[in-house]
Amino acid sequence: MRNKLPLLSIPYVVWMALFVVAPIIMVVIYAFSSAAGGFTLANFARMGTYTVVFTRSFKLALIATAICLLVGYPVSYMMSKEGPRFQRIAMVLIMLPMWMNFLLRTYSWMAILENNGLLNQLFQKIGLISLYNNIFGTDLTFFRMINTQGAVVLGMVYNYLPFMILPIYSVIVKLDHSLIEAARDLGANSFNVFRRVILPLSLPGVLSGITMVFVPSVSTFAISKMLGGGTEMLLGDLIEQQYMGGAYNPQLGAAISLVMMVIVVVCMWVMNRFGEGEEQAVMM
Amino acid sequence: MKKNNSFLNRLFMVLVFVFLYAPIFLLIIFSFNAGNSNMVWKGFSLAWYAKLFRNRLIMQSVYTTLLVSLLATVIATFAGTFAAIGFYAMRRKVREPLMTVNNIPMMNADIVTGVSMCLLFVAFFNGWGSFAAWFNSLGLFRLPTRLTMGFGTLLIAHITFNIPYVILSVGPKLRQMDKNLVDAAMDLGCTWMQAFWKVILPEIKPGIVSGALTAFTMSIDDFVISYFTAGSSASTLAMTIYGMTKKKVTPEINAISTLLFVTVLILLAIVNIREARQERKRAAELRRS
Amino acid sequence: MKKTLALAMMMVTILTLTACGGSSGSESKDRVVNVCSWGEYIDEDLIYQFEDETGIKVNYQTAESNEALYSLLKTGAGDYDVIVPSDYMIGRLIAEDMLAELNYDNIPNYAKIDDRYKGLSYDPDNKYTVPYTWGTLGIIYNTTMVDEEITSWDAMFDEKYAGQVLMIRNSRDALAAGLLDLGYDINTTDEAQIREAYELLAEAKSKGVYQSFVMDEIFGKMEGGNAAIAMYYAGDYLTMLENNEDLAYVVPEEGSNWFVDAMCVLKNAQHKDEAEAWINFIAGTDANLANMDYIWYASPNTEALEQYPAYYEETYGEELDPELYEIMAAPGDVLDRCTLYENLPAETLTLYNDLWTELGI
Repeated sequence: MRNKLPLLSIPYVVWMALFVVAPIIMVVIYAFSSAAGGFTLANFARMGTYTVVFTRSFKLALIATAICLLVGYPVSYMMSKEGPRFQRIAMVLIMLPMWMNFLLRTYSWMAILENNGLLNQLFQKIGLISLYNNIFGTDLTFFRMINTQGAVVLGMVYNYLPFMILPIYSVIVKLDHSLIEAARDLGANSFNVFRRVILPLSLPGVLSGITMVFVPSVSTFAISKMLGGGTEMLLGDLIEQQYMGGAYNPQLGAAISLVMMVIVVVCMWVMNRFGEGEEQAVMM
Repeated sequence: MKKNNSFLNRLFMVLVFVFLYAPIFLLIIFSFNAGNSNMVWKGFSLAWYAKLFRNRLIMQSVYTTLLVSLLATVIATFAGTFAAIGFYAMRRKVREPLMTVNNIPMMNADIVTGVSMCLLFVAFFNGWGSFAAWFNSLGLFRLPTRLTMGFGTLLIAHITFNIPYVILSVGPKLRQMDKNLVDAAMDLGCTWMQAFWKVILPEIKPGIVSGALTAFTMSIDDFVISYFTAGSSASTLAMTIYGMTKKKVTPEINAISTLLFVTVLILLAIVNIREARQERKRAAELRRS
Repeated sequence: MKKTLALAMMMVTILTLTACGGSSGSESKDRVVNVCSWGEYIDEDLIYQFEDETGIKVNYQTAESNEALYSLLKTGAGDYDVIVPSDYMIGRLIAEDMLAELNYDNIPNYAKIDDRYKGLSYDPDNKYTVPYTWGTLGIIYNTTMVDEEITSWDAMFDEKYAGQVLMIRNSRDALAAGLLDLGYDINTTDEAQIREAYELLAEAKSKGVYQSFVMDEIFGKMEGGNAAIAMYYAGDYLTMLENNEDLAYVVPEEGSNWFVDAMCVLKNAQHKDEAEAWINFIAGTDANLANMDYIWYASPNTEALEQYPAYYEETYGEELDPELYEIMAAPGDVLDRCTLYENLPAETLTLYNDLWTELGI
């Protein structure tokens, strides 16, 4: 009977063809057409101009992903070592921020990081700024935090950290504890248990965490606009500008999207080869 | 067996949570601000909450957001679960390419998904216009000649990006399930339907629940895809907020977000307390027997 | 049996699909009007008042800038009835045949609009538009952070203020600042002049003059004292002034742009009658007074503009500072050195777009 079960997925396959594949075909068509409608490669010829934007976006997204991993992995690992009650509460606490719209959370960071913002006011009050000025002989009245690349990375880490923690945690918590015990019995110390047993087994979670953080980071436009001040564009800004912003050019926007998509897919494919054979881990 | 975390480890976790929640607490605090700023505290007041309920634009967008998220979650959970069962029963050669397509909405940047769907809808509506005109000329019955983006397209978009999350959380549960269970049940005389209800469903239920929860959260949090697919007649809360972040986010938005946040907090707390209680009960029963 | 189930599910999917498409397309009995305007550009009570009076539901959305609105309309993402673009964008929309001619019989309040705002270059025969507001573009600066009195566009490019300047995030206004500073016409089509203006901007940007590129974010930044100098619209300056008294506004000596934002109906609008009812309502004197009080942009309605000082005194119990009134409704001598934007030919627009994208990199 099992050979008939696949029929259950037919509606969704149809759905995918209509709303996942067809839209992508639309993007491809747009990318290869000129404003007048004919076939052209001109949209890709202009891509060289945007190399800076590509490198900047990938650089910032990589940094953000690395930080998320460095913070997210230990948190997931420590969470899994706590009692079930703590784990449940922690899970809820990690999901919960997503219920405040990310635009609003990012907006809140603006108020914190501004030149005259809450953090600078705090530094002023505790005398950190004058201390800094005394040591380095400067005459700052504030630390410049907003409108820097650092602020953009912070925004990415803040918004996407849960996407790193959830998949890693969900894999670690399901690990077969007899494996760990076996390793201990065979004389492995904690470090070796972690390196030889836990880390390799949690790799699928790590990989899906990386994907879930990297992709939205590389394509964000709201975060860079709000925290980066729009002086240093990211890919998302560039694409958004062609569709809804100041420079209407959907064909160019489609071409940029396509190139970005291809690069991301290749990266992910290469990465997933490392985690050979494992299908994407789950979020929760 | 497990070593507990050291003090330093716990401190690290606390710091991460502080990092996650500091901006949120700030938003909540300033929803009680008497002034209209997000930075300058001018005294405690509930004025923004009172104003919120008179603001039809915000209330309407909250309604739209909740409705579209709920509908999309229900449909996506239903369709995604069946699709996952179908995928699971397929041969690997067939399944892998389909899973790749399934992953596209998640691997793809939101902005690309949104834009591409928008392009598709517009192209489809244009084609529909000529088709309907031709069809109406046949005189059977009348089709609307003009379709526009609105709640319908918004819903389609949300369903589309929600289903992959459901499949991804149901899939592993199916793989963990003993493959012979279904066959055994049917050998023992279960119909296919009974096998589904009595064997498969209980096994994958946790996956379905977490998939639905993820889907709902994603729907609520989404902005970019909605922005491109909602058209002119529907606005989600995120779109309303986006319209405001550029000028002044009035504390009414803080107020509605606080209300949503607290509601979810309470709901999740209730669910968790109940679960914990049931577990304790079960544990107690086990001990007794 | 399984096959039937699969088939049934497919049917359900298809049905939902058509139902969705149908529901969004069917003309419902409820009367609605879809409006797209700018952020914080209306006293929202007017919307409720209109809904209550007429029973027409208003779907109110906002766009970021004229260019963004144009993109929304072109991609088809925005399916609006009424839009409120500025002069030059109206010219472009008319040129591209995207606007519908209005039936002014349904808009009796049009008679109250001052003749000064009729027959302007973008709509010479008064067929498509009903003015909504007007005002000037200028420089806003914080007097506690800037020692001198700013009178020139030079301030927007001055290294002295590195990291303190907010540049506007739309190509037309940003390049206009450059053109004005160089002494060129803001409606020039001379590529060399436009490129020169672009170089001015690009150089200032590379030297770190600009803290960020902003549209409406400017409110928080200027009110909070986070930046010293910015270019923006007179009405919005007055809003900021309410929260920060140290701000000053100037229309630079080299001249500037004065603009008219007007309500238009799109050619493919589905609710033309409702759209005209809305326009008529907004063009009325009471609505204009309420709007002026809320957004601080000058009204084109003669009665409303004249009555505003009295209205202010009555509402707040104090006299309206005549200086503020003059900033809102710029007097003749200021307007004389200001020019209206005109729609530019296609090649110049492409140049603007390309330069704008390049500047962002």
